Amino acid sequence: MFLSMNWISDFVDLTGLDKIGLINKFSLSTAEVENEIFFKGSDIEGIVVAEIKSVEDHPESKKLHLLKVDAGLDELVDVVCGAPNVRVGMKTAFAKIGAKIGEIEITPRKLAGYTSYGMCCSEKEIGISDNNDGIMEITDDLPCGTDLKTVYQIDDIVFEVDNKSLTNRPDLWSHYGIAREFAAIAGRTLKPVDTVDLSKYDSLPKIDMKIEDKLCQRYSCLSFENISVHTSPVNVRIRLYYCGMRSLNFLADLTNYLMLEVGQPMHAFDSRKVEKIRIKRFDKPFKFETLDGVTRDIDENTLMICNGDTPVAIAGIMGGLDSEIVEDTTTLTLESATFDAVSVRKSTVRLAHRTDASMRYEKCLDPELTVLAVARFVKLLTDYDKNAVVVSALTDEYAYKYDKITIDFDKNFVNRYTGIEIDNQTIVKTLKALGFDVTLNGDDFKVVVPSWRATKDVTIKADIIEEITRIYGYDNFDINTALAPLYPVREIVEKSVEDGIKDILVKRYSLHELHSYVWAYYDEYKALGIEIEDNIKLVNATNPNIETIRKSIIPTQLCQVKYNTSYAADFGVFEIGRVIDGVNSDNLCNERKKLAVTLFSKTESMEDVYFKLRDILAVITDDIKHQNLTFKAKEKSHSYQHPKNLNSIILNCEEIGEIGIVNPLISKKIDKKANIVFAEIDVEKFAATPNLSIKYEEPSKFPGIDIDITFVSEKFEPIKKSVEDANSSLIKGLSVADIYSDQSGKSITVRIEFSHPERTLTKEEVMEVVDAITADLENKGIMLKK
Amino acid sequence: MSEKTLELKQEFLESLKNVNSMDELENIRIAYLGKKGSVTELLKEMKNLSNEEKKTFGQKVNELKNEVLDKISQKTEELKQKELEKEFSLMPEFDISIPADLKRGSYHPITLAQRQCENIFKSMGFVVADYSEVVSDYECFEALNIPKHHPARDMQDTYYLENGQLLKSHTSAAQNAIYKKYKDALINEGKPIKAIFPGRCFRNEATDANHENTFFQMEGIMVDKNISISNLIFFMKTMLSEVFQKDVKVRLRPGFFPFVEPGFELDINCLICGGEGCPSCKHSGWLELCPCGMIHPEVLKAGGIDPEEYTGFAFGLGLTRLVMMKYGVKDIRDLNSGSLKTLSQFTEDK
Repeated sequence: MFLSMNWISDFVDLTGLDKIGLINKFSLSTAEVENEIFFKGSDIEGIVVAEIKSVEDHPESKKLHLLKVDAGLDELVDVVCGAPNVRVGMKTAFAKIGAKIGEIEITPRKLAGYTSYGMCCSEKEIGISDNNDGIMEITDDLPCGTDLKTVYQIDDIVFEVDNKSLTNRPDLWSHYGIAREFAAIAGRTLKPVDTVDLSKYDSLPKIDMKIEDKLCQRYSCLSFENISVHTSPVNVRIRLYYCGMRSLNFLADLTNYLMLEVGQPMHAFDSRKVEKIRIKRFDKPFKFETLDGVTRDIDENTLMICNGDTPVAIAGIMGGLDSEIVEDTTTLTLESATFDAVSVRKSTVRLAHRTDASMRYEKCLDPELTVLAVARFVKLLTDYDKNAVVVSALTDEYAYKYDKITIDFDKNFVNRYTGIEIDNQTIVKTLKALGFDVTLNGDDFKVVVPSWRATKDVTIKADIIEEITRIYGYDNFDINTALAPLYPVREIVEKSVEDGIKDILVKRYSLHELHSYVWAYYDEYKALGIEIEDNIKLVNATNPNIETIRKSIIPTQLCQVKYNTSYAADFGVFEIGRVIDGVNSDNLCNERKKLAVTLFSKTESMEDVYFKLRDILAVITDDIKHQNLTFKAKEKSHSYQHPKNLNSIILNCEEIGEIGIVNPLISKKIDKKANIVFAEIDVEKFAATPNLSIKYEEPSKFPGIDIDITFVSEKFEPIKKSVEDANSSLIKGLSVADIYSDQSGKSITVRIEFSHPERTLTKEEVMEVVDAITADLENKGIMLKK
Repeated sequence: MSEKTLELKQEFLESLKNVNSMDELENIRIAYLGKKGSVTELLKEMKNLSNEEKKTFGQKVNELKNEVLDKISQKTEELKQKELEKEFSLMPEFDISIPADLKRGSYHPITLAQRQCENIFKSMGFVVADYSEVVSDYECFEALNIPKHHPARDMQDTYYLENGQLLKSHTSAAQNAIYKKYKDALINEGKPIKAIFPGRCFRNEATDANHENTFFQMEGIMVDKNISISNLIFFMKTMLSEVFQKDVKVRLRPGFFPFVEPGFELDINCLICGGEGCPSCKHSGWLELCPCGMIHPEVLKAGGIDPEEYTGFAFGLGLTRLVMMKYGVKDIRDLNSGSLKTLSQFTEDK
């Protein structure tokens, strides 16, 4: 919303104050002002009123005219002018020699053989409207040579307030409301709005009007006739233009002017079309043509203004084409009403049509405004058009009023909430300046909220705090830390586990942490041949390619791996992120936090890469939980998996994830030569596993014995099992010393470490255990390598 | 006999000159001092001499023997030194100017910024909480004093799921759960609620260099008996000064958020121009960074906390925005792109 400093100054005298400083204070105390401030008229100088005394056609040019104008100088001035609307006797805006328009300084200038000593200007050229069809036509009775700036408010400071920062302040959608803020900030007095006393029309007949729907809170109207002015006064047009509104005709301009001035949207009907005003909704949908010529679908929830049963306007949004003022309109009916904010908002959304009026209604307008606005309208109308006559009494139905809001609080509350001392008189002064009625009794305050803040904006004590502090100025606050008892803060396990995992992956294994999106990427999955698995969907995604939520991070990660194949011959990436695995029995999303790791290698064998990933997972588990992982082969269930070497990851008897090789169909699309393996684990399950911590054991002071034995075996698992089953307290360790294959098959050399804490072992007692293990394995068909 | 020793000495010194290896030296040692060595032989001849002669001759031979031993040990040192020098010279000279192989991993920049903020608040006794990404309408709106049809819902275009749940549009969605979790300790034990909860948020909007549908925020709350606006400004200023490692100037403007009252927009003086005005701050000298405010009484009530007795502040820091400012990331989409060229640059940053 654009605001004019001249307009604001109608209501508060800001003489002698730094206007820019005030605007900055307003930004800090009330609502955000956009950075660019417009100094209107600052680039215009030396434009005067001039009368065209003679017009001759240029002998050679069809467009140009040779004029003599009276610019209030000793002699008439020769001017060459290309405007189509020149005529003798017309008064216009004239830039004299030496005048400035923007960067241009007016000098004598030769045009098609004739010298022009100045320039007649269009309204656009002097920046007061968009009209560039011809030169400005001045109808006011002004002597030639009058500087335009002395009669018209061309000089102005205009600033813009972000509408979003006004959503909670219906009172700020007008210059009067903004002026109230400036008055409070500057410590000056707010003047009342100049109106006429409407009671003098009480004897006139009332308008036939009835509110038939609770969505209309108040409806005030008045009729008048004999309008003789059709074009708005220049100053009215300048203000509308500076505030971003197009000038249409006098009456429409005046309703817009009132909306910008006091914040009340108004509408003027042709009285013949609204002889019997009814405000209601219809049972059935229908079509309705609004005054912008668009036919709109109206449904049974939309409040309408009707003439009997004929709709004439969409309440709070826009008037109808049929009831618009036309050339033969003689009597007008002015509407000034309050409608239900939510209803207007919903209708706006349904119709996809937001207007300056609906924007204001949506914010919960003050119903007290309607009559004030009518009284102000009559004042302006009769000031500008001496012939206009009011022909009805004010007809006003106030269906329901807001409750009067009274808020009690004490000084202690203010101190506690602000953390600073603000004295009672400052509180009283500030609240009064903003229109609150304040009674102070000792340290107890009783505050009555003014109607323009009582529509839902200010309702509680905390709201009053805001009123006091924003005017007090946050820059003026003493800032202090909080005094609070100290307690240890225990870290949440899941959080520290997550940090630990990231550190190991980054620091020890040089992996890269990535983030991907929480939904499946249709196009990229398709390109790689990854199936989009059925899962819960977004209902309102603007982009249909991101509709389905992912069940696993692996597919989104593979898309990212594909994107990075040129980064390095070998790299690994990981993400700790969320997935949704369908919904549970309560129809709530089964959201899980997962760790996904993918390793990509063009230099290492598949087996090496696979084991590297296996070891990474084992190290994480050992480091963070001091536990071991086990693995169990599982069936392929997703398109991205290779059926071989797909294993469940088991921690503490619970399956927490899986490790596998990427399906070669997908892998080859990522990179023909790369070996790609993945793992995904459930971070929440992992975090919930107990940490077994460090189990310290004093090393034996006596030498131990290491025995290496080689078995012909495909797997290590049975050997490990037999060693464990031997259940000997002498065994301190088991490791794989070598694995090789020859004609007799795969052989595994294991090293078993024996020691005793209190004595040196004998070969015999060790061999006894070894023999038992060997015998056990031979029973299972696993033979010693000969 | 003394000529013999002299002769032998000359001969020994001569032969020593040609020695180039330890082996040759050993041979010479054996030739003179071995069991059948020349010097040893001389000693054997002594038995044929008179006692007087024995004494003189013995002395001479011993002198010779000692001299030979000295020379040999001297020569041994020389040879060892030579050998070491040879070994030195065999070592090639490396080109240490070759760039170091920094095969290092990287953290997502969000992790780095998040950890930094977490550490600041942890040092002030805040707990770091976590919350789901899928939340209910109640958590995201109702519990935050944003009823249905409230205009504030317009400000956030929310992603709704088929089951009526939604992807949280702001980290404030976790507030209600946090109050409920910690309120008993507040009420019964007098432990203030001090928590931050970083998290990923979602908005249903078109993306460009400045807009993302997926981004991170970090919410913070503090609730106790006398938490004030003055405290709020203190914590905001302290946090931001710690984050940017310099004394940051902050200013508060009124801002409307239904879950706080009063609500503020917090600006910091532009870090690029220092407040002079530049394109980054749209020539205002200020950057809007962090909405915050005093927790709305209705929000405390919804969390089971009596607003007459307790007050609190809340803030929402745009972690993604912070990362962009801190590292000069120009396109917000780079952060979720998965591009290693971009993201591998973010190694440890303490």
